[in-house]
Amino acid sequence: MDNVMLREGGVVMGASTSDRLKKKRLRNLRESFIESLLFLAAFVSVVTTVGIVYILVSESLNFFAEVPLVDFLTDTQWTPLFADAHFGIMVLISGTLTSAGVALAVALPLGTIIAIYLSEFATFSVREAAKPVLELLGGVPTIVFGYFALIVVTPALQKIFPSLPGFNILSAGLVMGVMIIPYVASLAEDAMRAVPMSLREGSYAMGATRLQTALRVVLPAAISGVASAYVLAISRAVGETMILTVAAGSQPLLTFNPADSAMTLASYIAGVSMGDLPHDSIGYKTIFAAGLTLMLMTLALNIFGHWLRKRYREVY
Amino acid sequence: MSKVATPEKIKAEVKDLNFHYSAFHALKSVNFPVYEKKVTALIGPSGCGKSTLLRSFNRMHDLYPGNRYEGEIRLHPDNTNLLASDVDPIEVRMRISMVFQKPNPFPKSIYENVAYGLRVRGENSRALLDEKVEQALRGASLWDEVKDRLNDLGANLSGGQQQRLCIARALATDPEIILFDEPTSALDPIATANIEELVTELKDKVTILIVTHNMQQAARVSDYTAYMYLGELIEFGVTDQMFVKPQKKQTEDYITGRFG
Repeated sequence: MDNVMLREGGVVMGASTSDRLKKKRLRNLRESFIESLLFLAAFVSVVTTVGIVYILVSESLNFFAEVPLVDFLTDTQWTPLFADAHFGIMVLISGTLTSAGVALAVALPLGTIIAIYLSEFATFSVREAAKPVLELLGGVPTIVFGYFALIVVTPALQKIFPSLPGFNILSAGLVMGVMIIPYVASLAEDAMRAVPMSLREGSYAMGATRLQTALRVVLPAAISGVASAYVLAISRAVGETMILTVAAGSQPLLTFNPADSAMTLASYIAGVSMGDLPHDSIGYKTIFAAGLTLMLMTLALNIFGHWLRKRYREVY
Repeated sequence: MSKVATPEKIKAEVKDLNFHYSAFHALKSVNFPVYEKKVTALIGPSGCGKSTLLRSFNRMHDLYPGNRYEGEIRLHPDNTNLLASDVDPIEVRMRISMVFQKPNPFPKSIYENVAYGLRVRGENSRALLDEKVEQALRGASLWDEVKDRLNDLGANLSGGQQQRLCIARALATDPEIILFDEPTSALDPIATANIEELVTELKDKVTILIVTHNMQQAARVSDYTAYMYLGELIEFGVTDQMFVKPQKKQTEDYITGRFG
């Protein structure tokens, strides 16, 4: 009798335990399936990055087997496809920096001013109307901006500076700057709006005006966010391809003069890769050397931006 | 009670003050005097309008749309109506400064935090700023703790020190009235005691209005108390009398903790 009871009890207990275990196993299975799906999605982007870096580095090594690094960094001419080939990357870097400089001279001040206006001065309805329009500007394809620079802005600039060539950095840079404004304005505005109201009230309570509050309290408090907006804008300007390919010309000149025509790292890559170069030619390999240079530049900028964010995080 | 035997000088008078947040009638015909170089406490349950009343004194409500004042707050000796539409709120805030609930130092050095009020008034003489900053930090009992690191960020101080920094900031411009909006609600008991002591010291120099929902704090630091409920001023009187023998049943219930 006792024995039977015990056995029955044991069976019942065992059944319920294994039931629970079963359910849990199923749930765990589902969880781990979703987990691996998420991991896979994350993994794809990492693998892509690693793949890109691998190709860039390995192809660049082939390039540097033929062209010494010293020549690459010090030569003042970039003529890889000519019989008298020169590989001075500084030519492309100068074009990149000059066009980015023109663009940033437009985008950073204007973007910041727009951000200050939208965050500190505009009424709710103005802000709600202005932000989508601004973001629309960021959605215009760059090829459209490129031809806008070439067909509208350049002729207009030539009325002011008659000696300006048809392809020039100035026009492309200005239009690129306009293209970048929304990124700066939108991100900087987000950062400024995130500044707690209590800081603004503190400033107003001391008798500060709106402008004083915006410039002396809100902007410094939002500096890490504003700085990352700037870094993104710089990366964008350095990597921009289409506007420059269309409007800045394809003359590889070592110049810091915006009135010149010039070639940038990105527009060189775009231009050369559209031709049909044999895969093992030196011209083909230059694409990767230029690409690696461009990637190192943006990587340096990203690291700098990361450092800025860490350095100035949460000062309020 | 002996301390109020002599008639007090009136620094400001609230007359028939009504305040509306858009459709919400937040203050209803409030009348009371603010005595010079005394501490007046505003007490009452949450949502009673005590902070709204305090923030009317320096026109903080002007920062947000849809707010409307009716009535007057007269500031003596010049009898200016602080709420008049032709009175510039910035001018008001230059005479009446404020310390907030949560310490809100600016993202600047300790020195620049204190100098802020003078800087926005266009004062840039280094000698004068040095003097005023030291004076204000001494007034807020913070000088000894920070005199060797005036260029550190204000945010690096402890919570209690930050609040004293905000008091120093409010003092630096030599205001006539300082408004305290629950200045110790974010602080630990020791820091709270320091601030309370400071408030008591400050009243030799300046008129003080303090909002608090800590009854003991009101009893400890204030000379006068105003009890508010649902936007109305229920009772105003000498703190010692009010806490011993309130005139109204409602006040008594709140003070003794029966409600609120």
